[in-house]
Amino acid sequence: MPQHDVLVIGGGLAGMRAAYKAKSLGADVALLSKVYPTRSHSAAAQGGIQAAMTSEDSWETHAFDTVKGSDYLGDQDAIEILCREALDDIIELEHLGVIFNRTPEGRIDARAFGGTSYKRTCFVADQTGQVLLHVMWEQLVGLNVKSYEEWFVTHLIVEDGRCAGCVALEIPTGRLEVFRARAVVLCTGGLGQVYQPSTNGLAVTADGLALAYRAGATLMDMEMVQHHPTTLKSNGVLITEGARGEGAFLINSKGERFMEKYAPKMKDLASRDVVSRSETIEIREGRGMDGCVLLDLRHLGPEVVFKKLSQIHELARDYANVDVLKEPLPIRPGYHYLMGGVKTDVDGRTWDASGGRRWQGVEGLFAAGECANVSVHGGNRLGGNSLMDTVVYGRRSGAAAVGYARSVDWVAVNEDAYKEQERRKIKAIFDKPPGLRAADLRQEMGTAMDDGIAVFRDEESMGNALRTVRSLKEKSSSVSVHNKGHVFNTDLLSVLEMGYMLDVAEVVGVSALNRKESRGAHARTDYPERNDAEWLKHTLVSWTPEGPRLDYLPVTLTRWEPQRRTY
Amino acid sequence: MRATLRVRRYDPETQPTPTYKEYPVDLPQYGTVLDGLLDVRDRQDGTLSLRCSCRSAICGSCSMRINGEARLACKTLVNKIASPGETITVEPMGNMPVIKDLVADMTLFWDKVRAVEPYLQPVGPAPEREYLVSNEAMERLTVAMNCIMCGACVSDCTVLEVDKTFLGPAALAKAYRFVDDPRDGRKMERLEKYTQTSGIWDCTRCNMCVQVCPKGVAPMERIMQVRSMAMEAGFNKTRGARHASAFAEIVKESGRLDEMGLALKTYGFFKAGFTLTGIGLRAFFRNKLPPLFHRPIATAENVRRLFRRLGV
Ligand SMILES: Cc1cc2nc3c(=O)[nH]c(=O)nc-3n(C[C@H](O)[C@H](O)[C@H](O)COP(=O)(O)OP(=O)(O)OC[C@H]3O[C@@H](n4cnc5c(N)ncnc54)[C@H](O)[C@@H]3O)c2cc1C
Ligand code: SF4
Ligand code: SF4
Ligand code: FES
Repeated sequence: MPQHDVLVIGGGLAGMRAAYKAKSLGADVALLSKVYPTRSHSAAAQGGIQAAMTSEDSWETHAFDTVKGSDYLGDQDAIEILCREALDDIIELEHLGVIFNRTPEGRIDARAFGGTSYKRTCFVADQTGQVLLHVMWEQLVGLNVKSYEEWFVTHLIVEDGRCAGCVALEIPTGRLEVFRARAVVLCTGGLGQVYQPSTNGLAVTADGLALAYRAGATLMDMEMVQHHPTTLKSNGVLITEGARGEGAFLINSKGERFMEKYAPKMKDLASRDVVSRSETIEIREGRGMDGCVLLDLRHLGPEVVFKKLSQIHELARDYANVDVLKEPLPIRPGYHYLMGGVKTDVDGRTWDASGGRRWQGVEGLFAAGECANVSVHGGNRLGGNSLMDTVVYGRRSGAAAVGYARSVDWVAVNEDAYKEQERRKIKAIFDKPPGLRAADLRQEMGTAMDDGIAVFRDEESMGNALRTVRSLKEKSSSVSVHNKGHVFNTDLLSVLEMGYMLDVAEVVGVSALNRKESRGAHARTDYPERNDAEWLKHTLVSWTPEGPRLDYLPVTLTRWEPQRRTY
Repeated sequence: MRATLRVRRYDPETQPTPTYKEYPVDLPQYGTVLDGLLDVRDRQDGTLSLRCSCRSAICGSCSMRINGEARLACKTLVNKIASPGETITVEPMGNMPVIKDLVADMTLFWDKVRAVEPYLQPVGPAPEREYLVSNEAMERLTVAMNCIMCGACVSDCTVLEVDKTFLGPAALAKAYRFVDDPRDGRKMERLEKYTQTSGIWDCTRCNMCVQVCPKGVAPMERIMQVRSMAMEAGFNKTRGARHASAFAEIVKESGRLDEMGLALKTYGFFKAGFTLTGIGLRAFFRNKLPPLFHRPIATAENVRRLFRRLGV
């Protein structure tokens, strides 16, 4: 049985950052991931990473923009930490080898992004996430960090109320193994494939969220899912906000720059929830084209497009047959990001370490990145803040996990019993009579979620989505596989992933239905106003045998009183 | 659009001898080969295994051979490579063992990338803030940093086909990324290392990697950059470097390539006799031996003039 002081699950930016920090502190740390680390979805981040590096900007302004962007649902202590520590973290990333674009003076350059007061988004062309991810991987190679690649976690082990490791399946061989750890850091990313269409990769299937939920952690603000304003119609692939940051703008079928109407000051660079809603109104009121509005990049010219947005040029050409230099690109809002996640404190602990029991958690289990909710994004995330979240809170979780691991003893784990339990689970799937398959459920769930709990929502639409999810959950127990082998059995993995996604989709539905106001991405047509008197609080959901249990927790305010939010 | 995917199937447990299976698919206008394969997996045959995640040519998971050439399945539009109704052949990457169906074992690939010490190694104390470097220096590196480690270049590299020890295009493109980074402090040690056997001099410049790379990394060109940096830095004693110098010298003298002279200059007289006689004999029997003595070329002076103008 392999064992490590700290086991990081997930090889995206958050996971590698946590592992890097833990290793730098001298801990015995291992990274475990279902895809090779550089294949993680962090690679897809194009636009950039936020830090107030310029002299006219300050971390306080960054923090205020973030608080306002979150529609005051973000915890202000966590936001302050994010924006303050971002400054040193950017420098550290640069020292580790990130090739940030530069100003003529040789300093790190920044571009404009939605909802920000200054140009604050540091970037590497339009491949920022990929470069950050690869540089972190380079560093782990340099530090010789143990890495288990293509291992799929099927279960988190909790003994005596403490997380003691996990059970995982080696994908190329089908072998089950128990991994023991003093501390586990969960960095498994979002729930992207719960929605169809989605900007997220096919491997983004809510695994860690469901694993933590089932193990006893709390999921917080799961109704807060972000739809990005510019995704391609054909396959949901993202067109970065960096395009608008560089000067592209949105037009409707009449050629009008409609954002001037909805956000007179920030226009096309208002917050994402605002822009997505405006687009949806334009489309619903008949000023769209084929379910889309248009993103115009023509005036930017080849110099800007080829140097700073070359990937966009390529994606538009390949997947929409549009040359963005010659014609406007049809785009529409599409599922993009989960603001909610596993509830943690500012050091990634999923349990309430203050001794109180303000929320339910699992001692020894930490979380960071998109699967976690510290909460810095609240009701709406600003572009570029998510990468920074993975970097700052990945590091803090890694450090805190080392501290915790050094303070506790090993917990005894019955290796054989856990293996047997998972073996039985898999056998049960193999034994199902042929018929229903995971793919059949996936499309139905994805469409139901996107119809019911998207840019606009109401009691009825959300109720419908939740009902569909619950009926699919029932059906899911009879899902069968074609492939009953051991070697690289993706058919089996798709069934396990489907189970994770349905659990989490249900939590999204329950959380959304119960928040009776509009805030950030949660825009209800039946409760169109924000209601601070009753709803300035986080939604908490925990697992019970009877189904999801709802609780609420006040938002932490430090220096910014809630105000009306205009752009 | 309708098409047929002819997929190479292999499963060490149930299908140890590879076979080809045909699957009809019907795809939307901008459907990719990956869309087709997922459709097969979801609706026809769940036993098909492949790697994929991002669907947007950035995670590097889905490299495979499509109609004989390594490509990303998610970046290959069906309507670009086939007319309606045509058959597209899909196989796993080459130069790597196969785990199952379209899933190649990339262990050796990663080992080779690791072997070039692929991490920044500055020397001396770090500045308080960022290193001050020019935007041009950073932009130059983005070409190499564009690499998504998909393995397509390695799959189709002609040298790797015959020599498994060659570090290969992806690892060497990664190597370039560090020798040309103004922040790295170990340029000389790196150049010395990359000049050794299995390194930069083993590439035959066949251009395959440039042709198949889906991200414009052009690994061969990166290797050539490392070569000139190595020569400039004085690492010209290795066989590869001597080969390059000798090549230039001979062409300059005679206006043509004299293979025998080249071998002698590269390997030295005795070593050439030992190591190359076999090759020479084989070439002789296959009727491919170059003439022992070349006739002088009348226009060789033009070539010499060219060299003079280039200042070499
Ligand atoms: C298209 C796109 C563009 C974006 N652009 C930006 C941007 O410009 N700026 C910005 O700030 N943010 C951006 N984001 C958001 C940001 O990229 C993500 O939120 C962030 O990268 C998430 O990182 P992560 O490390 O938490 O998760 P991921 O990178 O998704 O990594 C998750 C890891 O967990 C592993 N894992 C999952 N399940 C299991 C399991 N069962 N067993 C083992 N391992 C498992 C996976 O293998 C993977 O390694 C973008 C997102 C998308 C989709
Ligand atoms: S050019 Fe060199 S590295 Fe590239 S494929 Fe040919 S031999 Fe391999
Ligand atoms: S150089 Fe190109 S082909 Fe080779 S691994 Fe990198 S991206 Fe793939
Ligand atoms: S699926 Fe990511 S590169 Fe093709």
